[in-house]
Amino acid sequence: MSRTKNKIAVSTAPFLKDKSTTPKIMLTVVYTLIPVHLASLYFFGLGALLVTLSVILACILTEWMFSPKEDRFKSVKDGSALITGMLLALTLPPGFPLWMAFVGGFVAIGMGKAIWGGLGQNVFNPALLGRAFLQAAFPTAITTWSLPNGNYFNVSGTNLAIPFLQGENVDGVSGATPLAKMKFEQIATDYIELLIGNTAGSLGETSAALILLGGVFLLFKKIINWRIPLSILITVTVFSSIFYFIDPVVYPSPLFMLLSGGLLLGTFYMATDLVTSPLTPKGLWIYGIGIGIFVVLIRLWGGLPEGVMYAILLMNAATPLINKFARVRTYGYK
Amino acid sequence: MVGSSTYRGKSYTFNHGVHPEEFKELSNTCKIQRMPFIEEYTLPLGQHIGALSECLVKKGQEVKRGELIAKASGFISSALHSPVDGTISYVGIVDTPKGEMQRGVRIKTNEFSNQIFNEEPINYTDLSENQFVSAVQNAGIVGLGGAAFPSHVKFSIPKDKECKYIMLNGCECEPFLTADHRTMVEYPESIIDGINILNHFIKAEKAYIAIEDNKPDAISKLMHLAKENDFPIEVIKLKVKYPQGAEKMMISAILNKEVPTGKLPIDLGVLVANVGTIKALSDLFRKGMPLIERVVTVTGTAIKKPANVLIPIGTPMSDVVDLCGGLTDDAARLLLGGPMMGAVQKTLNVPVVKGTSGILALAENEVKDFDEYSCIRCGKCLDACPLFLNPSMMGLLAKKGLWEEMQEYNVMDCFECASCSFVCPSGIPLVQSFKVAKGVLKEKFAREKAEANE
Repeated sequence: MSRTKNKIAVSTAPFLKDKSTTPKIMLTVVYTLIPVHLASLYFFGLGALLVTLSVILACILTEWMFSPKEDRFKSVKDGSALITGMLLALTLPPGFPLWMAFVGGFVAIGMGKAIWGGLGQNVFNPALLGRAFLQAAFPTAITTWSLPNGNYFNVSGTNLAIPFLQGENVDGVSGATPLAKMKFEQIATDYIELLIGNTAGSLGETSAALILLGGVFLLFKKIINWRIPLSILITVTVFSSIFYFIDPVVYPSPLFMLLSGGLLLGTFYMATDLVTSPLTPKGLWIYGIGIGIFVVLIRLWGGLPEGVMYAILLMNAATPLINKFARVRTYGYK
Repeated sequence: MVGSSTYRGKSYTFNHGVHPEEFKELSNTCKIQRMPFIEEYTLPLGQHIGALSECLVKKGQEVKRGELIAKASGFISSALHSPVDGTISYVGIVDTPKGEMQRGVRIKTNEFSNQIFNEEPINYTDLSENQFVSAVQNAGIVGLGGAAFPSHVKFSIPKDKECKYIMLNGCECEPFLTADHRTMVEYPESIIDGINILNHFIKAEKAYIAIEDNKPDAISKLMHLAKENDFPIEVIKLKVKYPQGAEKMMISAILNKEVPTGKLPIDLGVLVANVGTIKALSDLFRKGMPLIERVVTVTGTAIKKPANVLIPIGTPMSDVVDLCGGLTDDAARLLLGGPMMGAVQKTLNVPVVKGTSGILALAENEVKDFDEYSCIRCGKCLDACPLFLNPSMMGLLAKKGLWEEMQEYNVMDCFECASCSFVCPSGIPLVQSFKVAKGVLKEKFAREKAEANE
């Protein structure tokens, strides 16, 4: 007779498990963001890297600080704070003062995630919340865009501004973003330049091609839901086409709308944030279409040249409501 | 061998579901081997869903192989027979695989007990429908897929309903298990014969045999036989996907219809039965043999020699495992059934019963605990749930103990296939918490009903 050893324990089925885990999902997102960061280093020089490191440091320290003692290592290890840091950095101008970037990272994790109860509990995308805070607190610094200048060791004077003492407006070679040019001066930018990223703008909103590549990879890996990017991009295209055909002089072309600003970054990396987007297929369509409409509305008639951030934050706020009403029909029910 | 002509064509399936690793190669080529008789058998009286059987024997009484030792104690109940020639050595309380103690008997085997079973065949053409139903009940035939629901209850179609299709379940979508697969490969004639016998009384329009397309040998054998059969039998290939063998999923895949909530397949005119059950039906009428043995897959990474074994009901599991080379040193979990829905077993000192479809031993490296993270609402569980439930939301509610809110999300419809827990990247025990919720809610319904009756 076989003796069953004491090692044999009792627990509940299932005993097979899919290989994908939350930290692995987060790390995959991190990998796809690395090329985008390398591109920002290429276009904007060392200053961009310093801004990124500053934000990431702030995010991870904040995550560590706010996590319960026994979970500290685990919650940093899951990689979500790293993603928030990388994403927030991509929305900042390259010449952004490092201390402000640090504050942004702190707010993103502290107010964007920790006070809600940590990973999975927050309503708003932490990176965007951090960015919205920075926009409110340092409106000048965050809209001072430097042009790519090809010097890799370029650290802008504004990067090293001393906290609170130095005025925000330290001069540097600055340029208007393509969207601002379009909005306030009606000057369009070349599509190829937009695609490659050789324009003035934040670290990440410039390199459309790499973001698209990373986004497609995430779609392929089924980490992000295809319904979100598809619904946003279709809505923006259709909605802006209508106005473009009404008056092509005043309104930008749909292609320009798609390639410029933070739309691609927002579409593939921020709107698709798993935690803050709806769960059901129907809900995802509502969410994506909502973002698309808000983006066009804000860009064309809002006071700001760019509307992706607020569009996503607005729809984030609507997500619990969408989840409540856009349910799936259960099998066997009418 | 796969006949190329029979292996063409479309494979059907249902929406959603998951793809766990199969592990069928451990035992899917092992011929069904017969378990030798052992010294003593233990037969609990509640091996089926429903009321316990009523014991008919006394201690010291001689019984023959196939002799009735307990009769059904109601309509939803079944009979029990001795698997060997022997003497009743004990009547009292015995251990069951479910973990509960139950009334039962032990039988000491005679030295010259014969394994060949050849009673007179029963001429079924003379029987009325009612006689057929009671013959099935008296033979103790129950669903061999694992639930052990008395088959005669299924076979007695209510007057106001009509059975259009007989659907045989040969999907065996649980990883590791190969008992149904081997039964189909080795006894295809009995299965076709069983369908014909059943249809003599049911008078359906058509029969389907549903098989996942990872069993090409079974498909080609049955297709071949089905072609020559007078009564139309169609062998349907289904895609390999879990839980394809759940009856709701199988019906969706084949008929493209949904079983309405709270209803049974018969409401759609479908009678679902496991292939093993139908083989037992054929054995009853051709050999006069009641249900006294069944095919069990003994497998897993912690079993030395995985096998499919024809086991007399009542054999202690420890003897079965010994026959298969015993457990390896790193055995960490014992399961009855498959790894997705199987019940965890603490000890091998319980008998194989009618509902035992597999004995599975998993090695330590396969059952390591996962770190649990917060729900990141990735929605993978929604894409996995074959019933289109919202496990993510129900999991969050369960964490807070909001059982009644879970009911609004139709938690009671969940049939615990565990696809949600399988895919969850955060390692959240979703299905586990739904089992708790269902238990709590059922208790609440019962209490409310009792109060309403007062």
